[in-house]
Amino acid sequence: MNARSASAAVMESVEVSAGAGAWQPVCALDDIWPDTGVCVLLDGRQVAVFRLADGSLYALDNHDPHSGANVLSRGIVGDLGGEPVVASPIYKHHYRLRDGVCLEDPGTPLATYAVAARDGLVWLHC
Amino acid sequence: MSTRKQHIVVVGNGMVGHRFVQELLAVHSDLPAAGIELTVLGEEPRPAYDRVHLSSFFSGSSAEDLSLVEPGFYQRPGLTLRLNARVAGIERRRNTLQLADGEVLAYDKLVLATGSYPFVPPVPGSDRPGCHVYRTIEDLEAMQASGATSASGVVVGGGLLGLECAKALRDMGLRTHVVEFAPRLMVVQVDEGGGRILRSKIEELGVQVHTERNTVDITDGATARHRMVFADGSWLETDMIVFSAGIRARDELARQCLLAIGPRGGVAIDGHCRSSDADIYAIGECASWNGQVFGLVAPGYDMARVAAAHLAGSAGVSFSGADLSTKLKLMGVDVASIGDAQGRTAGARACVFTDELKQVYKKLVVSADGKRLLGAVLVGDAAEYGTLLQMMLNGLELPEAPEQLILPAPDGMAKPALGVDALPDGAVLCSCNNVSKGQLCAAIEGGAHTIGELKAATRAGTSCGGCVPLVTQVLKAELARQGVAVNNHLCEHFAHSRQELYHLVRVEGLRSFAELLARHGRGRGCDVCKPTVANILASCWNDFVLKPEHAPLQDSNDYFLGNIQKDGTYSVVPRIPGGEITPDKLIAIGEVAKRYGLYTKITGGQRIDLFGAQAHELPRIWGELIAAGFESGHAYGKSLRTVKSCVGSTWCRYGVQDSVGMAIRLEHRYKGLRAPHKIKFGVSGCTRECAEAQGKDVGVIATERGWNLYVCGNGGMKPRHAELLAADLDEATLVRLIDRFLMFYIRTADRLQRTSTWRDNLEGGLDYLKAVVLDDRLGIAAELEAAMAQVVDSYACEWRAALDDPAARKRLRTFVNSDAGDDNVVFVPERGQIRPATAAEKQMRFKGIAVVPETV
Repeated sequence: MNARSASAAVMESVEVSAGAGAWQPVCALDDIWPDTGVCVLLDGRQVAVFRLADGSLYALDNHDPHSGANVLSRGIVGDLGGEPVVASPIYKHHYRLRDGVCLEDPGTPLATYAVAARDGLVWLHC
Repeated sequence: MSTRKQHIVVVGNGMVGHRFVQELLAVHSDLPAAGIELTVLGEEPRPAYDRVHLSSFFSGSSAEDLSLVEPGFYQRPGLTLRLNARVAGIERRRNTLQLADGEVLAYDKLVLATGSYPFVPPVPGSDRPGCHVYRTIEDLEAMQASGATSASGVVVGGGLLGLECAKALRDMGLRTHVVEFAPRLMVVQVDEGGGRILRSKIEELGVQVHTERNTVDITDGATARHRMVFADGSWLETDMIVFSAGIRARDELARQCLLAIGPRGGVAIDGHCRSSDADIYAIGECASWNGQVFGLVAPGYDMARVAAAHLAGSAGVSFSGADLSTKLKLMGVDVASIGDAQGRTAGARACVFTDELKQVYKKLVVSADGKRLLGAVLVGDAAEYGTLLQMMLNGLELPEAPEQLILPAPDGMAKPALGVDALPDGAVLCSCNNVSKGQLCAAIEGGAHTIGELKAATRAGTSCGGCVPLVTQVLKAELARQGVAVNNHLCEHFAHSRQELYHLVRVEGLRSFAELLARHGRGRGCDVCKPTVANILASCWNDFVLKPEHAPLQDSNDYFLGNIQKDGTYSVVPRIPGGEITPDKLIAIGEVAKRYGLYTKITGGQRIDLFGAQAHELPRIWGELIAAGFESGHAYGKSLRTVKSCVGSTWCRYGVQDSVGMAIRLEHRYKGLRAPHKIKFGVSGCTRECAEAQGKDVGVIATERGWNLYVCGNGGMKPRHAELLAADLDEATLVRLIDRFLMFYIRTADRLQRTSTWRDNLEGGLDYLKAVVLDDRLGIAAELEAAMAQVVDSYACEWRAALDDPAARKRLRTFVNSDAGDDNVVFVPERGQIRPATAAEKQMRFKGIAVVPETV
């Protein structure tokens, strides 16, 4: 299940928990300027949450395995071949926002999370 | 084949002797493996240097700058360079030679590259103190010593070298005269009409020219050190004299061992550069081929190539004379001479253009049938040199109206260019390095697709640079023919180069990435185009980079206004203009560093870098720095970084200007300027150059009379010596020229292209850059200055702006939902400070020291 369909489902009923884990509000939607990311700290876990200009939201691990640093929320977002990506600010590896796959090294994708906006808040499922 | 080593001895380590060694190494890179032992004997105390550009010694270059020898070049197996080693005699029967100190060396093959010596006319008094010649660095040092105690100087000889030498005297600030025996200057290369314009241009530059003067005596002067008495009874008084009245081959060793000598001196050689003794070669100015001695470097290089090839066993290459066409710049005056410049060919006809207002003279010498170019003279503007030279050398048919080749083109009309397609593959386009069109094409096919790559691959255009326009034409034509689409598109979102995007932003007045993308791009953008466009927008309009419409475009560095490090922390660099800082400010930096547990290091640009700050700590750190009077140092941006300075005349006993004051004013003027890449300045207070300004994008060096401006230097991965753009400037002119230079760079460079690579790829090279920046050839100088004024006037400290903007400030955090720090950032102590823990250290859960005491 990818992040988009999860968010579609959750829009109907945010309060209902989906699978393991739980939906939690993490910040205001306005905290994330369009086409940027922020880092959410949730139970010791760092999740990068991105908001694109078209309103879509994505969430994936903040940890960039190629540099070993927790930096992905501070990368530039854009698209390559029509696919939304974030570029790590350290060595510029590109990660697909949809499924966390690294374009330069597709072996081990990053974990992605369901994310949705409701009532001006951003909700994360993890 | 015998296994005994072949001992080759080269006598002379001048330009040609050194080139011979390079050519031999090009054939046999491993000398011992080739069974060769190569010994080079140089009479001078230093290895080969560039005698062609000797006069630059007086406008700031040092002996090291002139050196042609890469460090370590002569330290290789099988190769020995001995300096201060003068050869006293050759014993041909024994194949030995004797050094001045009596040592005897055996040779199998001997290469004479002894060069020439300056001819001093046998005039009584020509050996008085203060009388010089102009050939070696030691000669220059002697001239410099004399110049320091002189007010005036005379050059005897108005030829090519004599005028170079006059430039040297003028650069030393002397009242300068040129005394010439012939009725005009440069009598060999230039005709009467050209000589007239040349003379008036040179006199305009403050050099007095005396023609038809035959010096007969030099005695004590009444108002100066010497009096030169001429055959017509007139006289001229001067403090120093330099003889530059031609050269003579140094063939004394050859004469003494009875080698055949040419009719006008020089060791007689055949097409393989062999003398009358099959074991002895002669190359360069000491050799006489077909009765002719060549006083130019290009034929000497050609001989070096031929002799090396022959020694390496290939008899197929031969020297077959040289074209003596030349193009040079004398005191800023372009002079070129091609082929039969004087029109001596039977039936030759001339076509002349003279503009006495602009001081330009151009003449074509064409064949009797009007179909071929035989020669040309260009004075004041030699832009057509390359085209005309190729027409003459390759016997190309002249166009219908050959006069169009030299007439000024009406505005907006292109001149008839020489179709490079018309040139045969064998056409030698770079005569300095003997590179043919065919070799260029091969290199282009082999992947050299920029002018910089082509220069590196072939050496074409790397000596005098005169052929670069033609080489560029060949490059373009060849790429087009090979169907290589030169794709300079920025990325998949924009089918435009950075330069084109800059123009679109400026011309259409676009203020945001979204507007530019909507009009000229596709998709959402990426980490290549977004920062590039952000940078262009900043160069043009200088809006605050963290406005909501600009913030998403910024690299992490520009977003967090710090330099991201490997562990995701940032470094903090407050601006310290010119490297000058008060004790209080030093203490303030120290206190901030201590309070936040930051690692501190002095940078190469004379400021202090504080490492280890997490994103959420930056606003507080900067709040304290700003309160202490600091501004953002823009160390994170593709922008002006530092203006490094030496302490200058205020304290230094050698300084001639206040370099610190100048550095501070320049840094304040250009701080915050966004550019295609980072920009560094240096300002030195005297020619000792302690600020290393010639390794900077913009280097300013104090002179007695003002400031010299150097541009396009670089340290780093590919060091490049900066080039002199203009000399002895007052401050207003200096600033105006820097404005123009920087804006021209910002306007035309590629993404992430430093000024040095930009310059290497600039069509037309330094001359073109000078034409744009100094002479305003493109008519854009006022526009460039206005663009810079806009940036200067709209400067604001980005950290102050970020702290004053609550929305922007709120974004500068590590976590959106917590004030905690990143627990993956772990430091360990080292040499009394912190450093990031290695992965292994983190694994061992060695959490190190609590380095970030929370402050409120």
